[in-house]
Parts: sequence; structure tokens; C-alpha cells
Amino acid sequence: MKLLEPGSELDGFVVEECLHYGSMAHIYRVHYASGAADPGFPMVMKVPRMAEGDGAENIVSFEVEHQILQALSGPHVPRFVAAGDLERLPYLVMEYVPGRTLDHWLEQPEPTPVDDVVALGVALAHAVHSLHQQNTVHLDLKPANVLVREDGRVVLLDFGLSCHAHYPDLLAEEMRRAVGSPAWMAPEQVVGVRGDPRSDVFAIGVMLYQLLTRELPFGAPVTSGGLRQRLWMEPPPPRRYRPELPAWLQEVVLRCLAPEAAQRYPSAAHLAFDLQHPAQVRVSARGERQHGVGAWFLFKRWVRAAGLHYQPSPLPERQIAEVPIVLVAVPHQDVSDATLYSLREAAARSLGTRPGARLACVSVISPGATSSVSERDSETSVHRRYLTQLRLWAQPLEQTGYQTSCHVLESGDVAQALIDYARGNRVGVIVMGAATHGLKTQRFIATVPIKVAMDAPCTVILVKQTLPFEQLGTVGEPEVDTREVPF
Amino acid sequence: MRLALLSDLHANLQALEACLAHAQAQGADRLAFLGDLVGYGADPGPVVRRVMDLADEGALVLKGNHDDMAAHPPPGNTTLGESTAWWTHEQLDAVQRAFLAGLPMTVQDDRVLLVHATADEPLLWRYVYDAQVAALSLEAASALQGVRYVFGGHVHRQSLYYRGADDKLISFMPTAGVAVPVSARRHWLATIGSVGQPRDGSPKAMYALFDTTQAQLTFHRVAYDHHAAAEAIRDAGLPDFFADRLELGR
Repeated sequence: MKLLEPGSELDGFVVEECLHYGSMAHIYRVHYASGAADPGFPMVMKVPRMAEGDGAENIVSFEVEHQILQALSGPHVPRFVAAGDLERLPYLVMEYVPGRTLDHWLEQPEPTPVDDVVALGVALAHAVHSLHQQNTVHLDLKPANVLVREDGRVVLLDFGLSCHAHYPDLLAEEMRRAVGSPAWMAPEQVVGVRGDPRSDVFAIGVMLYQLLTRELPFGAPVTSGGLRQRLWMEPPPPRRYRPELPAWLQEVVLRCLAPEAAQRYPSAAHLAFDLQHPAQVRVSARGERQHGVGAWFLFKRWVRAAGLHYQPSPLPERQIAEVPIVLVAVPHQDVSDATLYSLREAAARSLGTRPGARLACVSVISPGATSSVSERDSETSVHRRYLTQLRLWAQPLEQTGYQTSCHVLESGDVAQALIDYARGNRVGVIVMGAATHGLKTQRFIATVPIKVAMDAPCTVILVKQTLPFEQLGTVGEPEVDTREVPF
Repeated sequence: MRLALLSDLHANLQALEACLAHAQAQGADRLAFLGDLVGYGADPGPVVRRVMDLADEGALVLKGNHDDMAAHPPPGNTTLGESTAWWTHEQLDAVQRAFLAGLPMTVQDDRVLLVHATADEPLLWRYVYDAQVAALSLEAASALQGVRYVFGGHVHRQSLYYRGADDKLISFMPTAGVAVPVSARRHWLATIGSVGQPRDGSPKAMYALFDTTQAQLTFHRVAYDHHAAAEAIRDAGLPDFFADRLELGR
């Protein structure tokens, strides 16, 4: 298609310079013509290439992008402004987001430092989680579609192959065929399954692998046979290229790249959680490895892959809501055994129905608890003391097979610390005592549970003590209500 | 232009009024009734009167199999359907019967073809339960100049059919209240559900709103006083089964 001339006008938009000449589309800066007020942010116009010989898929994915972009919101997607008639003059006008794509990092001669990779991974996982919460799976995540803002937040681009659970999937086919970018495509996409949020987790894994090693874990195959390899193949461990990489990080990356979706992180929030809490990652042999796996291992996987059936996935939003990160706030003082017992019961219950959920046990201690002079009260030793206390409390829960981690936070404002933690870790459910954290002042002011319940970004379960202990103490007393009934 | 699509009212006045109020609140500026105004429900007279008034104001109205049966009740009186057709027939006056008898089978309005059952052989009252039947209907409709959308009722469920990347028809289950973009670049077929007798396990009434300017189709579910509608059926002495199913949405 012919390039648009700078200064030309299109449906009320004045075209400025061309920012990007892509194989699928050109992107221009635009502003409103005739002095119409800006929407409050700079805009770009994306015009698909539709010359002779450009595939029909090009225009379908443009239709898909239009469909999905106008339904999305939040800081992790460009804001939608307008669209041209597909029959007459197809274009999309959206927010121009300044920043650099992940390609920028991959173009650097030196491998990216671990801390930077972790920060990028967290930002990327949070952006993807936000998309999944809006019932959309991206399905074409790759470095060129990941834009990093100056403040470090990630904006996702190009929804041409995406899938929104509330809209008909225009790219669906009866005879399922792989759609996507070969290097980053998840195994289930290879066999034509669209709409599983864990496909995006796989793509994030490929990008983390690239940032760490400058290699593609499965290459960039061009044949369908080459693509199918990832149904059973184990990529060379990143530590083969960079032996100094921490084992926990390799564990995280390889978990993203598991051939079976069920073996990956159940949601991008879980991935971000591990990236933010390296000490809590359980490192297996997979994390330690510095060379490839044996032929026998691969053969067994190959046999399994041959019989693998991928199920169509439920709504992404529902799928990730079923595997929340559950935060349980465990008070460290002023607390009765009964309350601790009830909290543990409630935590177990809220995890129970949700395989794949994980539990984060958090205690907030006041900054006054630590001291820089006393050895006994130094920050590390105080933290260690509370951490041990917390682990003891959580022990019975760990036996249920859920992934559990313990965290001690230091803050003068308990409620705010819990809310910040929940927000930062995309926590799905908070479990806390209804009468804990400031037990003594409970009757006089709105206490911590009230504040958390009001401001939390998620569901809050307030637990009342329901205990076997108190009943033990009242043995012999009649259980019947003996008050007079007035009528 | 926002076109409200209502079908299978089945003499349920409570559900009809609730859907009309909902559509008005959504800014509907035109109404289309896709047949089966009567049958099963307790208020055939008031429902037909209401629709006739709306037709005078420009609403499009189609004939359904139950309207046909009520206008010309079958000679036998053995099945449940036949006996209520006679009951309905007797509830209607001559003008109302003539109105039902004179309704068209299909109506084309610009890019939209309205049907009760299917666009191919509408007199056979075929049920669009799967993509094969939908494909035949859509094919017949596409032969008409400019038609992009086929909207029908008859099956009492809400579905949207469209062509996937390989041109095969695919069925899609819409989410109530979500505006689905339906570009005029492709062909679409929707069964818009039943106002007066939902059968998918929810007693809420169904209808759809088509925004022609935005090219968006929204399937709606509307809560209404279904207990009152069921009571009216029992009071009229009609079979309990018709009342029970309104309360269960079955």
C-alpha cells in the first residue's frame, strides 16, 4: 500500500511522520484536524498493508485487533481512539505510548543483568495478568510487542492474533491450524488451541530465556515438524550459556516453558510472585542443571506428547480467578491460639477448592521491633524469629500440597502494608482475623481489618474465632438459650 | 439506529413489557417482532393488541408457527399444542386473528433479513440448533441483495453464528450485556432467544439490540415478574406445565 503523505487528512486526523514501516502495517503519528481538542494523550494511526499479494489474514487480524482493543482498558494497553471502515479505509487510531520495546534490550551486545531481567519479567507478567483479568489472551507475545514505559511499566501491543472470551474468535477454524510467531508460540497453540492464558506464560518464558542467554529456547522453526518439537523437547538450560545464573531463576524460566500447560505457572501473577520472592522458589534439579537432559527423558516425553490432548479452556478470567494467590495475615502478638487456629482453618478452606492456588503467609511487625545496636534485635535476627514463628504456624498447611511461602514485613501501618503487599503481588484473596491486629483498641476505632476490607484490591475474608477450645472450657453449661420469649 | 429484536413472546405480557422498557432505556429507536406472539401464555389478546399498536408506529412484525396455528387452529384437538392453539384462537377477536394470518414470513430491511425460523424454506419452521442448519439459512439469505445479517427466533436460545478463518460456520455463545462487534464485512446469523419462554435454565427474558451504526449486537437478559406470568397461566386454566416452565426457565 502507498504511504500516506505527511500533512494529509484522513477522517478528521492529520497524518504526521511515519514511525514504523512493518510487514503487516505502517504506523503514523496523527493529531485531530480542525483544532479539535486532543484526547489528552498523543495518538498514532495504524494502517494495515493491503497491497496485492498481502494475505487475507492480514485484514482479519486487523478486524480482531479493532474488536479487542476497544474492549480493553488499564495502564497496560494503548487506549483506543477510533477505527476506519474496513470496507473503505481500514485504520486504527490509538494512544501513542513512548517507550522501548524488549528488542532494545536484546540488541545490546552484553547479556542483560539478572536484576534487570527480573524487573522486566515482573512488569511483563503484571501487564499480561491484567490482560487475562479482562478475559483476553494475547497469543502473540514477543519482544517487538512488549513496550517498556519510562517508569518501567509494560504496555502490550498488537492484538491481531488475540482472543477475547466475550467475542467470537474470528481466527478460529474447524481444522485447527497454528497461528502465531513460531519462536514464542506455546505447544498448545501449535496444535491450534486458542484462549489458554498459560500460552502467554509460555511466551514470557521464551522472552526471559532470550534476555538471559541471547538464545531462543526452541529456535525459530519454519516447518510444522519443527514447531511440534516443543511438545516434548526440553530446551538447553540457561545456565549452560551463563553458569553464574542463579538456579532459582532457571527454575522459574523452565517452569514457564513446560510443554504441558498444567505444569507451568497457573497464572502470570504466580510467575511475578516467584520473580519477586527468589528465596521462596523451590529449586529442583531442573533449576540446577547446566547441561541438557538425557535421551531417555526426552523419549518418555515424546511418547506422552504423541497422546496429548489439549482441552479447550474456560474463560481466562475465571481460569485465573480459580488459582488466586491467597494472602493470610498472621498476627504475631496480642493473639489467642483460638484465633490462630481459626485463621489456619479458613486459609485451608479458601485454598481447598482451588488446585494451583498458592498461599502467602504474612506477618507485619512494627519498625520499633528491630534495633541497629542490639545484636539480638538486629533486623535479620528479628525477622528470622518471626519467620520461624510463621513457618511453624503454616506447617500444617504445607502438608496439603499447596505452595506456601512466609514473609515478614516491617511497617508502622499494618493495614497499609497488607494492602500494598496484596496490590504489588496481585493477591486474589486476603484472609485475616476479624478481631486481630490491635485487639485491645478494637472496640474504639475502626481497626486494621476494617481498613483492609475497605481499601483492598481484592476479596477479603474476615475470620471469627470458631474454636473447639472455648467449647472445651464450657463443658457442662447448657447450650440452650434460656432467655424469656416475650410472646 | 438501534433496532430491538424480540421474538417468541408467547403471550407473556409481563415479559414483553419488561423487555420493551429495557429496550427503551437502551435507546432502541425501532422494534422488530420475529414471530410467535402467542401460544403457551395467558395473555394472547393483550399481547397481540400491544404489538398491533406498535406495528402502527412502525414496528416490523413477522409470523411464527404459533401465530399461524392460532389463526388457523388444526382440526384435531389431541396434542397439547393443538388444544392451546384452540384456546388462543378463542381468546382473539376477528381483527387480531386477521392480523396474525396476514403477517409476512420474512422481512428484509437494508442489510438485515428477519425470519422466524430459517431463511431457506421458512414454511418448514426448521430449528437452528447447529451450524449446519444455520449455514443453509445464511446461504439462502446471502443470495439476497445486500444482506449481511440474518436474525431469527424459534429456538428459544441465544447464539451467534459466523464464519471462521476457514470459512466454516462456527457457533458462539454470547455473554449477556456485552456488545459484540459484528462487522458488515462478513455474514452473521443470530438466534436472539425468546422473550416469553426462555428455556436455558434461567427465567430471565431474552431479546437483542442491533446497533446498525456501530455494527454491534448485544444480547440481553431481562428479569421480569415471571411468578405473575405463571400465575396468570394457572388462573386461565391452562396446563400447569406451561406455568412451571416459566418459573424454571426450562
